[in-house]
Amino acid sequence: MAGKAVLTGTHFMNGDEACCEGALAAGCRFFGGYPITPATEVAERMSKRLPQVGGVFIQMEDEIASMAAILGASWGGRKSMTSTSGPGFSLMMENIGLGLCTETPCVICNVQRAGPSTGLPTLVGQGDMMQARWGSHGPYEIIALCPASPQEMFDFTIRAFNLSEQFRLPVLIMADEVVGHMNERVVIPPADQIEVIDRAKPSVSPAEYLPYRPGPDGVAPMANFGDGYFMHVTGLTHDQRGYPTMTPAAQVEMTERIVGKIRNNLDRILDYETLLLDDAQVAVVAYGISARSARGAVLAAREAGLKAGLVKLNVAWPFPEQFIRELSHQVKCMIMPEINLGQMVLELERLAQGRCAVRLVAHPGGTIISPRRIVEAIGQALKERP
Amino acid sequence: MTTAPAAALARHPHDDLLRTERIPHIWCSGCGIGIVFGSLMAAITKSGLPRQDVAVVSGIGCTGRMAGYIRLDSFHTTHGRAIPFATGLQLARPQGKVIVASGDGDLLAIGGNHFIHAARRNMDLTIICVNNFNYGMTGGQLAPSTPYGAKTTTTPQGNPDEPFNFCALAAACGASYVARWTALHIRRLTNTILEAIHHRGFSFVEVVAPCPTAFGRRNKIRGALDLLRFYYDRSVVKNHIAPGEATIDFDHHLVVGKFVELDRPTFLDHYQMVNRGQVEAWPATGVDASAAGQRKAG
Ligand code: SF4
Repeated sequence: MAGKAVLTGTHFMNGDEACCEGALAAGCRFFGGYPITPATEVAERMSKRLPQVGGVFIQMEDEIASMAAILGASWGGRKSMTSTSGPGFSLMMENIGLGLCTETPCVICNVQRAGPSTGLPTLVGQGDMMQARWGSHGPYEIIALCPASPQEMFDFTIRAFNLSEQFRLPVLIMADEVVGHMNERVVIPPADQIEVIDRAKPSVSPAEYLPYRPGPDGVAPMANFGDGYFMHVTGLTHDQRGYPTMTPAAQVEMTERIVGKIRNNLDRILDYETLLLDDAQVAVVAYGISARSARGAVLAAREAGLKAGLVKLNVAWPFPEQFIRELSHQVKCMIMPEINLGQMVLELERLAQGRCAVRLVAHPGGTIISPRRIVEAIGQALKERP
Repeated sequence: MTTAPAAALARHPHDDLLRTERIPHIWCSGCGIGIVFGSLMAAITKSGLPRQDVAVVSGIGCTGRMAGYIRLDSFHTTHGRAIPFATGLQLARPQGKVIVASGDGDLLAIGGNHFIHAARRNMDLTIICVNNFNYGMTGGQLAPSTPYGAKTTTTPQGNPDEPFNFCALAAACGASYVARWTALHIRRLTNTILEAIHHRGFSFVEVVAPCPTAFGRRNKIRGALDLLRFYYDRSVVKNHIAPGEATIDFDHHLVVGKFVELDRPTFLDHYQMVNRGQVEAWPATGVDASAAGQRKAG
């Protein structure tokens, strides 16, 4: 049964479904996954849609296998993804590290629920944000996008694939249960208006090819299985040939490459939006569903005459360090609402270095943060003496 | 005395399949892995498959280093995860042949869950398992194959566990090709690997191989040749017997041979059939609605 990869038109769908459609529009043709609330709808829609467009869906035996399978599929030349939530995300950590070390493009959508452990499977959380950054062992940089609506689930999933192909790494979509399950309008543009980026292929002969020799942007062109380049791919520390090299010097070169390709390309990766920030004395910095609470709060605060502004982080990792540092010179206080007991707020504290106050509006999970609490925090911050 | 030119001396029949710049390899002298590796290269050569259409995937361990020495697209993955990685690789490029080469601990302890499910799905993969009854790379710890009573560094008083019979397990899970040889059955091993490569579906080849360094030494069979002989002398060839009877019993018989060879659709065959609507809905015989209705009414 043939079907269209890009469902151009205006739809009413939930965030998980929009994620699936974004993936297909970006060229995803392999999904390996394991059911888990509240991400199951991504897998379910993929199982129906992928065969329509010549792709393959496979339900693996667990999340460890799912993550391994999407890495394998990516080396087989297909754009690949999986979706999961907290417990499955924990299981994926080792192979996410393999993907980072072997520089394998793929996408993981984590529809966050409240933890720790099995937690509240059907209810919202944002407690995996530091795990997203640091959950796999060793030094690395990661890219994590934070959609706040079904439309952004569609748009950001396309961007996640593009970034993964451009920079050769697993890219995380750090969604949450509310965004995953809410139904809203999703506009899918015509296929020719969607920017799709594919991995750079080697332009040299197999004899000259060094699988990990970085190009001008720090990223090495990638051969796929079957292209005749006979590359070796390993999770051991390796040299530019891809061969295991057990020396501190090789470790320095390899980690500098996988970290450097992100740190040296921030202008192509970072994405945040601001609202009413120019004259703001208080900046609410938020991501995912909490950015919608924050937006409501900032508008309400302005109505009450309080000078509040919003920073909505579309990309949470890498963190927009320079921008936040500059912001800390301008405002009296930065407020971070998040559905955990304080994770991304640590980044604000680290960057503010005492230049402005930093406040957390927290909930450990199960419900979104009410805008009223953020408005109160804004009011409180403006009352405090500098 | 005449000496052969150095270039001629340096050649090995499998040089074109070797990443010669990575030699010397890490394996101990007397290790059985090299023999299996040689058989694998000979089988790949004999298969006549275009080189770019063959990939080798391995996990972690001494055997897992095979992927690093073969001049093919080769993938050295995480501990236990070679099979699911290979699953993705194969499904993404089904025209390619994907061979998984790894050790017993990697494939059947930490990777056991993946093994049974890939066999169940009849995933089109060839699995070469070098079984040396312990974890060699980390110095000789207990494996799921370690014989009852054998000494390893984590069973210093002797192994209290019953070992797996990998061939029986593979067959029970649905593997469509299952065979076992020792590392001294070189010719038969090479032919078996060749058959396994040409087989469509989940083919499993277990090779009982010596690890003199970590396993033999602790169990009073120090010499590599002694250990090779120890396995070989106990082996009896029993083709096509029930896989459950293909036991590894060091007091009596170490059964070798080809135990299973079935022609059955692979995962991808079934997937394509289902997507084309060629598979009848389950259950084939529907519930008799009228009878059910009558019972309710009564
Ligand atoms: S430790 Fe054992 S398995 Fe490993 S290379 Fe040495 S002999 Fe072979």
